[in-house]
Amino acid sequence: MNNIFVYCEIEDSQVADVSLELLTKARSLADQLSCKVEAVVLGSGLNGIDKQLFPYGVDVIHLGDDKRLAPYLTLPHSTLLKQVLEQEKPQIALFGATSVGRDLAPRIASALKVGLTADCTSLEIGGHSDKKANIEYENLLYQIRPAFGGNIVATIINPETRPQLATVREGVMKKEILREGYKGVVKKIDTDKFLSDADFVVKIIERHMENKKVNIKNAGIIVAGGYGVGSKANFKLLFDLADVLGAEVGGSRAAVDAGFVEHERQIGQTGVTVRPKLYIAVGISGQIQHRAGMADSAMVISINNDRQAPINQIADYVIVGDAAEVLPKLIKYYKKNSK
Amino acid sequence: MKGLKIIVLAKQVPDTRNVGKDAMKADGTVNRAALEAIFNPEDLNALEQALRVKDKVDGSTITILTMGPGRAAEVIREGLYRGADNGFLLTDRKFAGSDTLATSYALSQAIRKIKDFDVIFAGRQAIDGDTAQVGPQVAEKLGIPQITYAEEVLDIKGKEIIVKRRLERGVEVVSVTTPVLITVHSSAADCRPRNAKLLMKYKHARTITERQDATEDYLNLYQTRPYLNIDEWSTADIVVEDEALGLSGSPTKVKKIENVVFKAKESKVLSPSDVEIDELMKELIENHTIG
Repeated sequence: MNNIFVYCEIEDSQVADVSLELLTKARSLADQLSCKVEAVVLGSGLNGIDKQLFPYGVDVIHLGDDKRLAPYLTLPHSTLLKQVLEQEKPQIALFGATSVGRDLAPRIASALKVGLTADCTSLEIGGHSDKKANIEYENLLYQIRPAFGGNIVATIINPETRPQLATVREGVMKKEILREGYKGVVKKIDTDKFLSDADFVVKIIERHMENKKVNIKNAGIIVAGGYGVGSKANFKLLFDLADVLGAEVGGSRAAVDAGFVEHERQIGQTGVTVRPKLYIAVGISGQIQHRAGMADSAMVISINNDRQAPINQIADYVIVGDAAEVLPKLIKYYKKNSK
Repeated sequence: MKGLKIIVLAKQVPDTRNVGKDAMKADGTVNRAALEAIFNPEDLNALEQALRVKDKVDGSTITILTMGPGRAAEVIREGLYRGADNGFLLTDRKFAGSDTLATSYALSQAIRKIKDFDVIFAGRQAIDGDTAQVGPQVAEKLGIPQITYAEEVLDIKGKEIIVKRRLERGVEVVSVTTPVLITVHSSAADCRPRNAKLLMKYKHARTITERQDATEDYLNLYQTRPYLNIDEWSTADIVVEDEALGLSGSPTKVKKIENVVFKAKESKVLSPSDVEIDELMKELIENHTIG
């Protein structure tokens, strides 16, 4: 009882990365709290899914395998998840801050009348003293998230209600297998018992999902451009450099909004969080929201006309100059020296 | 076809997208006074979808529902200028400090009082919190389905609505029968501008509180033109349990607020000369950062 639950998303019979990241985090929180990690998996054709989950330190899998559960629909998933949570009474339940998690979690929070924090970038365990009511709380979930357009970071707690619900952005936590041989138990959910026709009032007519074409999250080197790159045409220079270095190309929100580069390459609080060994920031001024998504890069090179750009404060090297001048030289001298 | 009764949930928010230097106080808290109050951007996208439904289905009406301080009546006037028919301002000190759960409770109780509705539109999320929670939470409290991240209402046939959704990795077209709550994504069409005629018609639309400052001449105006009255509801006008409102109805508490700080590095500044770039590349290859 009172364990940590993770709602796991399934994409093409695979557990989504964000769910595995959450399980990894849940495992370490559970060790701190001396409790178990339980996964809730709802979908269709889920044979063998336990083999993907157990190595992350999952003790119990609540499995709802029913062809009506895929693709995801709000009502059947929320009906079943609500059942499981009401019955099992976890202290914490985590969701990915994805199209699915951000659709499902608020529905659950509203039904259970509990607190929910969206888009957390960090989770910790800690105490709290409510001096007014003279109550000491122990082992609360600190839900840490950017707030107010990313200009501040807030730590949110739910002292009184359980479970404590949070959604967590993809890529901000590490995915790590605990032990290959780790074994838990599978508990089947009797979907027919809980689902009714009313849960299927929304019908999917068409669905076009694209596979992720780019994988900037796991790239070792990233060449990222900002508004200062100037145009979509100039972005080609970034792709040229990335080709030569074996890097991926990313963009700031300003560059994406201006249409210089696709949305899936966006780095920062509203995009992907990255931590490559080398981050080359080209014409990026480095608003807080952008820096929050790349500040953990091992090395940062900033190429910028503006010596005072905020990004330069966290750069190891600052090249003061134009992208159009500097990038071809980087390519030229990389080629020269790597031979 | 019978007209649809549409409710648009709208919020007045501080413009967090244009945060200047004076927007943060020295103690790291937000100086709301330094930020302009605007119509939440995605709520404008939601209003446009509502207006398109109204254009398409004769006899449809749009009601704007907003919760906030007295000045939030501004978003209702903005809605009227663009084609909404009326609005309700939900305002009471007891709402202060509401998190998304307490907000969704108050809104859903106000919607129960409005009672008659087919579709509720809302922006996906508000830029002062970016939580995207209130829409789904209201839908759950009303016991109706939700369609999140809508990009476009494609068709309406009687009670059936076809909606295109914008997901992280693709699009989905879904159908639903009313009643339903639809949250609208920023990729949806921009809201149409104010209509000059409507602006003239509604520019004196006021809540009862706002009218207290009006001169004698204006008071007559509200008797002869009842559409200029913006309804204002307090907790006394809707059925609510006080402990489910405001701070006591909000399970989430802010424990700590911090400025975002990054560890500053001592950076080496280079010029874009051939010699310096050549040196840099040699160094990066030697220490295996690249290559």
